[in-house]
Amino acid sequence: MSKVPETSSTRAWIKSGDPWIWMIGGGLAISLIMVVGLFLLIAVRGFGHFWPAPLIQTSVSVDGEIRPVLGVQTDVETLPAQRIREAGTEIPDDQALVTRYLFKLGNRDVTGRDFVWFLESQLGERSYPEDAMRVERREWGNFYGFPVALESGERRIEGEALWPALQDAIRRSNELHQRIRRLEKVDIGAINSGIEKIRLERRRMDLQGIDGAERSAREADLEARSEELDRRFADIRVERNQLFEQNERDTLIARTADGTEVRIPLATVVMASKNNALGLPGKIAFYGHRIKDFLTGFPREANTEGGIFPAIFGTVVMVLIMSVLVTPFGVLAAIYLREYARQGTLLKIIRVSVYNLAGVPSIVFGVFGLGFFVYLLGGTIDDLFYPERLPAPTFGTPGLFWASLTLALLTLPVVIVSTEEGLARIPRTIREGSLALGATKWETLWKVVVPLSAPAMMTGLILAVARAAGEVAPLMLVGVVKLAPSLPVDGEFPYVHLERKIMHLGFHIYDVGFQSPNVEAARPLVYATALTLVLLILILNLTAIAIRNRLREKYRAESD
Amino acid sequence: METSASNEPRGSDAGSVSSGLFDENRQTLDIKREKVCIEVRDLDLYYGNDQALKNVNLKIAHNRVTAFIGPSGCGKSTLLRCFNRMNDLIDICRIEGEILIDGKNIHDRDVDVAEHRRRVGMVFQKPNPFPKSIFENVAYGLRLQGVNDKRRLAEVVERSLRAAALWDEVKDRLDDNAFGLSGGQQQRLVIARAVAIEPEVILLDEPCSALDPISTAKVEELIQELKNDYTIVIVTHNMQQAARVSDFTAYMYMGELIEFDDTARLFTNPRRKATEDYITGRYG
Repeated sequence: MSKVPETSSTRAWIKSGDPWIWMIGGGLAISLIMVVGLFLLIAVRGFGHFWPAPLIQTSVSVDGEIRPVLGVQTDVETLPAQRIREAGTEIPDDQALVTRYLFKLGNRDVTGRDFVWFLESQLGERSYPEDAMRVERREWGNFYGFPVALESGERRIEGEALWPALQDAIRRSNELHQRIRRLEKVDIGAINSGIEKIRLERRRMDLQGIDGAERSAREADLEARSEELDRRFADIRVERNQLFEQNERDTLIARTADGTEVRIPLATVVMASKNNALGLPGKIAFYGHRIKDFLTGFPREANTEGGIFPAIFGTVVMVLIMSVLVTPFGVLAAIYLREYARQGTLLKIIRVSVYNLAGVPSIVFGVFGLGFFVYLLGGTIDDLFYPERLPAPTFGTPGLFWASLTLALLTLPVVIVSTEEGLARIPRTIREGSLALGATKWETLWKVVVPLSAPAMMTGLILAVARAAGEVAPLMLVGVVKLAPSLPVDGEFPYVHLERKIMHLGFHIYDVGFQSPNVEAARPLVYATALTLVLLILILNLTAIAIRNRLREKYRAESD
Repeated sequence: METSASNEPRGSDAGSVSSGLFDENRQTLDIKREKVCIEVRDLDLYYGNDQALKNVNLKIAHNRVTAFIGPSGCGKSTLLRCFNRMNDLIDICRIEGEILIDGKNIHDRDVDVAEHRRRVGMVFQKPNPFPKSIFENVAYGLRLQGVNDKRRLAEVVERSLRAAALWDEVKDRLDDNAFGLSGGQQQRLVIARAVAIEPEVILLDEPCSALDPISTAKVEELIQELKNDYTIVIVTHNMQQAARVSDFTAYMYMGELIEFDDTARLFTNPRRKATEDYITGRYG
């Protein structure tokens, strides 16, 4: 008897919709947890990497020999003992599990090994010496050890005065380094491009068959310019050598954990810190400094160290150029499809094809971009406009413009679809209002319909930017490289160099994560770069959304 | 003009709409004595295979208000939209017969549609201001004609807004977005926009159907003002409104023009039974 009311109450419960609400609520919760979890993971793993880690001093016994080590613990693992035994290390039979620690020991120039796994049983007692320091260098990775002295020219500084003097010297040497870099990049770069220009002009004259009096007149001119460049180069070389000399003044003498003395030229030092002695403000300053280096610096050591600025810059420039290319094409195509084309079977086929373009794997676009844009279009441009540079290609090789164009093609369907939907949503009465005032169809479109559907176009652009910024596969074929020698925008005419190869955050993640010679060192950078990419896309999107909201506000119809 | 002699109701029950609406001294108009602005001759209109207008013959008097009444789907809006060739926008629409404006067939080959629409302005059911400032809404038509002189624009905008009885309400915020206005203000703005390009004819397609009673009253008052300068054709569902604002009324049913006469006579003394049934509410 009691069953009857129970079933009916179950049925009532189902009928009330509660189970469905729980289900959809659960679905949303799971999605949210996944997104937040992903974000937290890359945030912690990535930007946690820059927080100053304690420097651990301990001893390790290997084959009965005990030696001291100093380093940073980066990972802990618990494994079945069997696996370690199979690898050839002796473990007592009664032990089933083994814990092992990964230490970053640095000092690649001294020991040759950066990251080492130690079993728990091998390790002695840990201590955190206040005097231990971490030195970030431009070569050979980090150094971990203890400061002994600073040799500054003839002087030798030790004891209390050493640390402040060292910091001052590092600041000075970093400034000198910056100046040398600027000389090399900007001034010598300008001279090189001047010399290249002269070579190209000679070649052009050869190709055009200019000779006789005109040739000799021009040759004289070129000769004069060439001499001028040589003179400037000589001056700059003198200056550069002076800077180098100044920069060689200081050397840090340091001792490793096992007592070896090492000489570290300050010219190679980025920063030195005593992590264990840092208070909270010091740690925050250290953290800020490293984040800044990461975001604004150039990569070093096959991308495993240093910053990712060229990749950030390349991504942004590429996305901007892509937006500039895709918006007019997409909008015009959508206007034609929606407003002018005769609605019929042919149009349906075209529309379905465009929509399906969005589903084509992106690598296919890369192949198309390489075959059509780079080789065919680029090759033709080279033949027509840059014959003097051949056989070295100018546009006939992957580069920024082709990467942007390929992405524009990839994101075109998104812009077309959104714009079409936007156009379809404009009420007929508004169009009729304009037509009734004697406007032609074109005037109506241009003055009323297109401005009103601008927010929809922005929506398309937002989706396009989000997709383009995260795309990697096609870019590997059409213009993104592991390490670009120069930025695509600089102070040299014509300022934006569309033919240059660029670096890209997405590809950087792939490169650092999978192609790196030092996997352990690179892993945190993978997360940090991923987080940067996510934040960058977020910033680009928020900007676009802000613009769209302003447009919406401006064109807000009463019916909305 | 002839003095009204037959201004009394045909039957006691026909007065439900008209009672009190018509002034005893109002003159009854005769279309034969009016200057003709629009003449419709043997007009048939088809949407694909469906005939929406059947052999319509009609004359619209110059500087008078003509109202089209009839049940939904009777073709009154379709007929109105013929006058400024709005039906051209509908691909499947086919028109036979003639529409003459000032003696000129508007479907002639040498008629420029945009130019023609400039002469025949139109105001729609729902206010449809453009997503621009109030000023630019009114200036839109002039700008289309290439007028960019600031002083001239300001002059016309003010005059048009005054004509639409909106000037006092918006003169301090001409640069605000037109969407910020109330529905009634928007509708008057749209009328101002139509007036700005000085058309000969203004077509009003149920201009008050989306407005509240106060706004409706204002628009009706405005129509009375405008008829001094423009020929006005209005489509309305509201028979009181037709009775209040119009000089002539046409009753349409199922695509046919059933009766056309002086408004007062049509309401008080309809000649056809169908008309009488409709205006007394016995329709359907």
